[in-house]
Parts: sequence; structure tokens; C-alpha cells
Amino acid sequence: MITLKINGKEHQVDVDPSMPLLWVIRDIIGYTGTKFGCGKGLCGACMVLMDGTAVNSCQMPVSAMQGREIITIEGETENLQALQKSWAELNVPQCGFCQSGQLITSTAMLNNNPNPSEEDINSNMSRNICRCGTYTRIKGAIKHCVEQNNKS
Amino acid sequence: MEPIKNISRRGFIKGIGLASGGLVLASTVYSFSKFEDEAEVISEFNPNLFVQLNSDGSLILVASRSEMGQGVRTSLTSVIADEMEADWDKVTVKQATGDKKYGNQNTDGSRSVRTLFQKMRQMGATVKSVLITSAAKSWNVPESECTAENHFIVHTSGKKIGFGELVDIAKTLEVPEKVKLKSPKDFKYIGKNLPSIDVESLSNGSAVFGLDKRIPNMKFAAIKRCPVAHGTVKSFDKTEALKVKGVVDVVEVPMLRKAFGPLGGVAVIATNTWAAFKGRDALKVEWDTGANDSYNSEAYMKSITANVHKPGHVEKSIGNIESAFQSSNKSVEATYRLPHLAHSPMEVPNAVASVNGNTCEVWAPIQSPQAARREVANFLNTEEANVTINVTFLGGGFGRKAKPDFIVEATAISKAINGPVQVVWSREDDIQHSYYHTVSSQYLKGALDSKGNVTGWLHRFALPTIGSTFTPGKNLPQAWEARSAKDVPYDVPNMQIETGKADAHVRIGWLRSVINIPHGFAINVFADELAHVAGKDPLDFRLNLIGRDRIQDTKDPYKYNTAKLKHVLKTTAKNAGYGKPLPEGHAIGLAVHYSFYSHLAAAVEVSITDGSLKVHKINMAIDCGTAINKDTITAQMEGSAIFGMSLAFYGKITAKDGAIEQSNFHDYRMTRMSQAPDIHVEVIDSNEPPTGVGEPGVPIIAPAIVNAIFKATGKRYRSLPLSDHGLV
Repeated sequence: MITLKINGKEHQVDVDPSMPLLWVIRDIIGYTGTKFGCGKGLCGACMVLMDGTAVNSCQMPVSAMQGREIITIEGETENLQALQKSWAELNVPQCGFCQSGQLITSTAMLNNNPNPSEEDINSNMSRNICRCGTYTRIKGAIKHCVEQNNKS
Repeated sequence: MEPIKNISRRGFIKGIGLASGGLVLASTVYSFSKFEDEAEVISEFNPNLFVQLNSDGSLILVASRSEMGQGVRTSLTSVIADEMEADWDKVTVKQATGDKKYGNQNTDGSRSVRTLFQKMRQMGATVKSVLITSAAKSWNVPESECTAENHFIVHTSGKKIGFGELVDIAKTLEVPEKVKLKSPKDFKYIGKNLPSIDVESLSNGSAVFGLDKRIPNMKFAAIKRCPVAHGTVKSFDKTEALKVKGVVDVVEVPMLRKAFGPLGGVAVIATNTWAAFKGRDALKVEWDTGANDSYNSEAYMKSITANVHKPGHVEKSIGNIESAFQSSNKSVEATYRLPHLAHSPMEVPNAVASVNGNTCEVWAPIQSPQAARREVANFLNTEEANVTINVTFLGGGFGRKAKPDFIVEATAISKAINGPVQVVWSREDDIQHSYYHTVSSQYLKGALDSKGNVTGWLHRFALPTIGSTFTPGKNLPQAWEARSAKDVPYDVPNMQIETGKADAHVRIGWLRSVINIPHGFAINVFADELAHVAGKDPLDFRLNLIGRDRIQDTKDPYKYNTAKLKHVLKTTAKNAGYGKPLPEGHAIGLAVHYSFYSHLAAAVEVSITDGSLKVHKINMAIDCGTAINKDTITAQMEGSAIFGMSLAFYGKITAKDGAIEQSNFHDYRMTRMSQAPDIHVEVIDSNEPPTGVGEPGVPIIAPAIVNAIFKATGKRYRSLPLSDHGLV
């Protein structure tokens, strides 16, 4: 049995310890907001927060996740809800499939760096692929969120 | 879609409103059955297949086309709401299942809005008319004294009644056959920038894509397919696969040699996706690779290029091309080579199927739910009525999800294991077993007179046809695949379009903007080459090449209009600051193209520093007739620009001994945020009927980049991707 803490709730799972966290979240526990995109840590669709850092959950064996604080797109954490609001205001998503990952990566970035530069945004967000090509709006929404955060 | 029929009056249907009059799209009385289960408490008014007004005022509008990011669940429903004078905040959208009663549901060809705009307007206007009649009756006043305003019917006296309160009367009335549509100046939602109705669920993880569908007792399956298209299983050993924790079964999937048939292979069924993948890795399969195992991309490109360097099949000839070349002052020739592409939507192909006897229910991200229904029914040898295709959100489609092969796979496995199953493709499966965008070689030759006018235009191309997917052995383009070359809107007196032979060795499919990718590339780069040889500025030269104002001479109701084409080109050039000083090393390249009945142009600003390409700005202008939602159109252009950059920079699928060499995003790369340029879009105002948006932005990007590189460096790149030339 492996104990996982996801979105503040503990889950006991009996799985192969080498199973990536992604599949435990999606197929065993049942949070499907975290997406499968490539299985090789190349596209960022499966990003979750692990102790506040954005990681590709398809590359994380579940056995290494004990004692970690995992937050998925369904979770609540500093900046995630504010970013989701910005996403809606700028009408960011097209198909939406990659947006969970985009939001998690940008959440981790803002948690770590509340006023990212253009270069910071580019380098952080280049971990995530959007095949629909919403990059312009993602960048705009991150900047909008930073502005709103700085106002409050 | 079938025309809206005036079917004969059928009276009331099972107490769920009325189905008489002019707006029922098909004749079956079961048309409304999908709503029957739900409305227990509140009464409802179903004047047509697309509208359900409930007595609490809530309004359910049906989206018959699939949502894959193009915003169709918002755009078409907002048209109904606009004509109805409904309050958008009271609208929820329900996704239609695959059913002919909705008319054509194929969500491809950039045609949802184009073909449904007027029909959806009529749907809305009809409902409004019935609601006005209902209010007039209940107040006992003339209808002419009543108007609809924001979910209420208002009387000239000032009294008003909510739409929902009129349901019980409305259900007893006939739907009128003729209604008056709103004047465009009164549009409330059309032409405005409504955000996606799904923006919240698409930002918080709650939207259910195909991959997210879960049903009780559902297993997960991964299929090992032959590396070579249409190869078959000789034998397999499942021993090791069955040892993987979570694997419950291994079954063979048949190969069906038809357009949307499964490729076949061996499926590993497990209690989770990862176990299915692991079990598949452990499978041992021997293949009969079949006839396509000698497909090698390099040799193939040589052979189709040889076919365009000799006379081909003449598709169109005007004037006399030979005498044009003989009498020319200068002639220019060039050959353009583009590789296969894979769609690679972020959500891989997948489907849930649950076969139960001779019935089957499917949940899948599918662009063609009716084709899926037909294929599943055929596979199970049952009636289509026994098959339900539920359409989930699509995590991108781009044409890949118009082919329901993956749904037939899920059906076959569900039948074999006698239980529900979700088939999941890995990214490697997606890249290595796609319906590939064609590979092409194109030869162009142009004649210039002493003033630099183009007097002759020869365009010869060879590419494996999409027709080969439907009719194996076809090796010449179908008529529609020649159209974007034949209908090039250039004013040239001598023109000849020819095709060369090209056999298909993989499944060839349609990918966002389809044949316009190779044609748009070759035509736009060649025009730029002609301008250079003629010693002219590319913009002036192109405007001259498009020539006189004229409208296409065709029976097609949609025609190109060269005045519009010149307008989008001039507009985008102006917006880009074309001709004005640019930062050192920067240059702007242009492209203009008519496709999906829309007129588009792009101006792309690039620089090359230390041999490395950077795209700084992309300006686009689109004339797509009436703009239902400018923000969505802008978003589609932004996305097309990035999609076009990806194929220009990296897009290349190659085969060796019949097997695809690329496998994931490390060797089939995509544009990323750090490369994304500033994108500016101008949507031209128009009151003409709406035309295509989702696809026509793609084909103008790569040629504009290549033309910009030439202007910046003097180097001409005639093949893609640019990564092959070390530029990215």
C-alpha cells in the first residue's frame, strides 16, 4: 500500500510501485483533469504540483510520491484559482486539453516568482505544448493575473 | 445537412411538445427521445431538434457539430439564441449524438458555420415566433403588439412575460413555416465576442474528453499494431504480457482493409492504462508486413519528383503554355518538396465502447459521429439504431478524429471480451499509425515578358491521394485535390496544371487545410521567386499577378473575388509595416491564399541570427464573410499561425522499410511558447454569408516564412521542414 496526499486528501493505493503518478491519479483514484499527452515528459499535459513544483506526473513513479503534497488541476492552491479566472477572462482555451498542464506550470511559476519577466514566462511555459496554439493568450493571461495580484 | 424539410404535420409527440411544421430536420417521431428521460418535473417545449425551452426559463440548445477548440458549441448556439432573443446566461449546450436526423455532422472542411448559419437562424426565429403567438393568445392581443426581448415577450402596454412561462401554451401551437429573420444590425450575439460557453470547464479539469470517460467495469486496452500499414498478425505469444500486474486478457483485433477499418493487431486489456501499455511492451508478435514494407521516404521522394519532371496528366489548360515559354523573355522553374505530416492532437485517439449483444454504446472524441455509427453497426452486423455514439470534447482533431478507426477497434475489443473497454493510443501509436497528410513534389515553371509580367504558369504535382484510402490503388489526385492549384486566382493568359502519379504506402488522410498546405506553399513561394527574377517588389508583383478585379466563373455558390484577395493582402502588409524600415536583419515575407471559400493573407517578419531563424511577428487578415464571433476567428488565426509554424519548422514524417521513423514530441516537434511570435489578426468586416475559418489560416504561414527568409538572406528554401536546413 502506498499513501498519497492529493489535493489535501489521503489515498491508499495498491499498485505496482513503478506505476507513474499520472496513471494512479487518472485510472486508480479517478481525477481525470490531469492529462496524458506523450508519456515521456515532453509535452507537459500531465503536470501536477509536487510540493509546489510543477512536475510531469508521467515521469514520477508512485513509490516516490509518499509524503509529498500533490496538487492537481482540481485542487486549490495559491495562484491556481486566480490564473483560472484570468484564463476565462482572456478566453484562453481552444480544445482545452493541454490547459490543465499549462495552468499547473504557470501556477508553480507564479508561486516561485510573482513577477515573471517575458523571458521567465517563455522559459517556464516552454515545457508545455499547445497544439491549438494558444500561447499568445496563455502569456496574456499570466500577465493579466500578475497585474491583478499586484493590485490586490 | 439535409435541407430543412417541411414535413407533414404529425401532431403531438408523446407529450413532449410538438413536432409539426417546418423545422423538424428528419421525419422520425423519435427525434426527441434523447430529452425524454430528463424532463420529469418541468414541462418543456421542443419546437425543433435544436431547441428545448423549459418552463423554468432554462434553454437547452443542441450542438450537432463536434467541439475541438474551434468554438462551435458557442458559435452556432449563439446564432439560435440571437434570433430567439434569448438570454445567453440561461443557455446550456447539449452535445448531439451521431444521428442522421441532425443532418450532416462531419466536423471538418471548415464548414459548420458556413452550412448551418442560416438554418440556425431559422431555428431561433421560429421559436421566437411561436413564443410571440403564445403571449398574444394568453393576453388576447394582436401579435403585432408583441416583441421578444431578452427572454421575455413584451407588449406595447409594457407588460411582459418570461419565455419559460409560455412553454405550456407554446407546446400546443403549430410551428410556423415562414419566419422573418432579424436585420443584421440588430444582432445581439452574432458579430460580438462571446467567450466560449465551456471556458470554465476547459480551465478547471472538469470537461470530459474521450480519454476521461469512465463507465462501470470498464477496462483499458492498448493495441500493438504492425509497424507497416496494412500488415497482419502472423502469430503472437501473450505469455509475458499476461504476467504484467493488471493485465487481464489479450485478444487479436482484425485488420479491415477499408477507409475507417482498424489497422488490426493484438490488444492487451488491463485494469489501468499503464498496465495495458506495459503488457503490450511484453507481447511478442510476428508480422506479415505485406506490400508496403519497401516504403522508404527518400527513394519515394525521388520517384515522385521524377514524375513531376516529365509531362503529366493535364487537369487544366488555358491559352498555350508551350508558346508562352517559347516567347518568354525569361523563364523560371523550381521544384518544391514537402513531407508527410501527422495531426498529433494533444489528446491521442481513444474510444470507450460497450457492446451488449447486438447493441453498442460508444463515447469518443469524434469529428464524424455518423460515420462512426455506420462503421460500428457494420462491424457488429446490426442496425444503426442499435448503436449510440456519444460525442465527448475533443482534445484537438485536425482531421485525425474524422476517421473512426479507433472506435471500431474499441468495438471489436469490447465484443471480444464481452464488456466495456477504453482503447487508448500512446503518442507513439498516434505518430506511427496515423492517416498521414500527403507527401508531395511539385514542379512550377513560369514565363515572364520583358516588363516582368507573368505570361505562362505551369504547375505539376505528384502526391499520394486521399482517394487511395477509400479505393486502394488510386494513384492520381481526385478532382477536388487539384482544385487549389487549378483555381489559383492569378491573371495569367497561359496556364497549365498537371498531375503525376504517386502510389500510397501509408493511409493518407486529411489534415487541417489538407491539399492547401502543399499548393499554398508552392504557389506562394514560386510567386515570390518570379518577383525576384522580374526585379519587382513582392507585394506589387503579387497584386499585379492577382490582376484585375474579377469574380470566379464557377457554378459553385461561393466564388473567389480578386478584389477581396488584394484587399486582405494590402491590409496585412499595411498592418505589418511592410515597406517601412525594420530592425537590422529583419525582413517581411508575404503569402495570400483562397481556401475554404475565405480570402486570407499573411505577412511574417523574421530574422536570422548566427544561422538561427526567429519569427518575430505574424500579421494575418481574413475575409470570411459575416463574422459570427470575431474573438473565435482571431483565436483560430492565432492557432493556425502556430500550427503553420510547427509544420514549417519541424513537420516531417518519414518511413523506412514501411515503418514510420518518428515516435514522439522529441523527433516530431511542435512550436513552443518561447518561439511564439506576436500575432495580429484583422477580421475584415462583411455582411456576406460566412465562409471557412478553422483551416484556411494554416497554408499561408510556411510560404510567408520562407519568403521572409529569402528577403533577409537571399537564400531560397524549397523544401520543408526548415529544421532540415539547420535554421531551427
